[in-house]
Amino acid sequence: MTRMNEPQTLIDKLWSAHEIVRREDGAALLWVDRHYVHEGSFHAFSQPKARGRALAEPGLTFAVADHYVPTRGRDRVIADQEIKAIVDNLTANTSANGIKLFGLGDPRQGIVHVVGPEQGLTTPGLLIVCGDSHTSTHGAFGAYAFGIGASEVAHVLMTQTLWQKKPKRMRITIAGKTGAGIAAKDIALAIIARIGADGAQGHAVEFAGSAITALSMEGRMTLCNMSIEAGGRCGSVAPDATTFAYLKDRPYVPQGAAFERAVEAWSALTSDPAATFDREVALDAETIAPIVTWGTTPDDALPIDGRAPDPARERDPVRAQYVRDALDYMDIAPGKKLTEIAIDRAFIGSCTNARIEDLRAAAAVLAGRVSKVPGLVAPGSSLVKRQAEEEGLDRIFRDAGLEWGEAGCSMCLGLNGDIVSPGERCASTTNRNFRGRQGPGARTHLMSPAMVAAAAVSGHLADVRPLLAGRKV
Amino acid sequence: MEKFVRLTAKACPFNLPNINTDQILPGRYLKLPRSAGLGAVLFSDLRRDADGRRRPDFPLNQPLWRDARILVAGRNFGGGSSREAAVYALYDAGFRCVIAPSFGDIFAQNAVKNGLLAAVLTEADVSELDSAIAADPELPVTVDLERQTIARGNRSFAFAIDPVSRNQLLNGWDDIDLTDSYRGQIAAFTAADRARRPWARPAQS
Repeated sequence: MTRMNEPQTLIDKLWSAHEIVRREDGAALLWVDRHYVHEGSFHAFSQPKARGRALAEPGLTFAVADHYVPTRGRDRVIADQEIKAIVDNLTANTSANGIKLFGLGDPRQGIVHVVGPEQGLTTPGLLIVCGDSHTSTHGAFGAYAFGIGASEVAHVLMTQTLWQKKPKRMRITIAGKTGAGIAAKDIALAIIARIGADGAQGHAVEFAGSAITALSMEGRMTLCNMSIEAGGRCGSVAPDATTFAYLKDRPYVPQGAAFERAVEAWSALTSDPAATFDREVALDAETIAPIVTWGTTPDDALPIDGRAPDPARERDPVRAQYVRDALDYMDIAPGKKLTEIAIDRAFIGSCTNARIEDLRAAAAVLAGRVSKVPGLVAPGSSLVKRQAEEEGLDRIFRDAGLEWGEAGCSMCLGLNGDIVSPGERCASTTNRNFRGRQGPGARTHLMSPAMVAAAAVSGHLADVRPLLAGRKV
Repeated sequence: MEKFVRLTAKACPFNLPNINTDQILPGRYLKLPRSAGLGAVLFSDLRRDADGRRRPDFPLNQPLWRDARILVAGRNFGGGSSREAAVYALYDAGFRCVIAPSFGDIFAQNAVKNGLLAAVLTEADVSELDSAIAADPELPVTVDLERQTIARGNRSFAFAIDPVSRNQLLNGWDDIDLTDSYRGQIAAFTAADRARRPWARPAQS
């Protein structure tokens, strides 16, 4: 237990502000400030119904349609009856329970982890949960945000609380300045490559250091989003002037003098200088190169100028077998130069990298060039889509030969039918290169939006940096 | 929720690292209702080849493991997506315990809520258990949650589990009933919190 006056980390401060009670075995009952639900939350809604219980605080739950919604032909009725039923089910569940829904057709609809921040529903100091592992995204605002399963979603609906055990605290410090062409995604993949896909398991992570504070909110969201890919319970960045500037005048944040008072309270949400963490990791920003994944977990990540690993050179037999299987699935020869890996498809989208800054970064590479492979751009929200169109980015994507779609999770996990065909290789801005993630037999290479654009115009994995020469980014 | 106190059953070795929830239950099955039973699609893409044929080398396709109720898995089992249906699929296929060197945090939490024990053994112990099972697959394994031991023949391993999960599984606690017993504290918290953090409520509804 943290004693009074003992130096506290950001994570400690966020945790203690939400603790209602703590049992002897260490379980704490936490208050939930914001609860986001989506079409995939249908398992959970059946539980209050079965118990005949009303929702505890329907005004603190917000719903979006994102996981199953079509990215094409929004003006038409959804043809797939199963998918239509799931989307309709969310509408029925939210209206029956008095929950605000950003549904299909709402100009604010989009991916839950884009919409929450965009609407100002996500702010510093909040405890935020959602039945989606990438809820860690919202930690970018100095919130305590994590993904939960359907039973916990049901518990939150019925009680607005959650039983949790306090995780250990980890700080990942990235000092220095990243080079030109390096995105938050590269930082995230560099961290995951360093600590492993389970490196932050059991830990709440705070990202700190000059390379982190230099990031925009979009970049911080990408970073915190990917903390689950390092196994972390949640990721967070201490709120600062960048955070407050992003939030000011957003629809759901306090307005006027109330906003100023909120900023004052939020400004205290930093780790005390003398606070200690259970684990510290440090990376030098200057050493981070553009990174791509070669295998089937996000820690299979290497700088673009590298080569695929060779199982014959792995000392550990278990590791050698893993590398062999992963290369076999990915159809990559051992030791192959990464820049010689030809791609079949490009995807720019997902809760990781479909915000306006991501689309601008991809467009900066694509402008005046043509993609050698088919590709889809699915904006993170309908508002991002509108803004991109106002900026003329949609023209750049279309002129490059890419499809400009509607907002949703789309090809990140293919629930809506946007899948990568069996055996196809996709350069993707998403978060998981798991086997079959983008469709059965699909081969996924994770990278930043600019790197996907570079791969698209090159026809193979490529270093974006030479392609940026002489361009304004 | 069904209690978990003690279980004696066949244990199926499946020692691959990083078996994430997309492998346990591919996303395309997430739209299935639980009532359909998800056991048949457990590990679907690992279990079957691209043409839908069962892969003979996949352990769960072998008659020997048809009645296994314990899975001995590799490091970082259940990482990735928060889909609770991954746990439903294991449970519906008859599994009541997964033993591994480590688990994805959300998976472990989901497991407890459904009466599935996620028992943590060291890498070395998992390897030893695997080899022993390979030598004599029919010999059952006994998992005792009260004593936190996994026993097979004369050999016994101590496993780790956090005390919160242990309590919940041993008692078969229903979270909602438990939380309801703290109603007074919740009300007191929210009253004080509204004054302490006036900015925490959305500015509109």
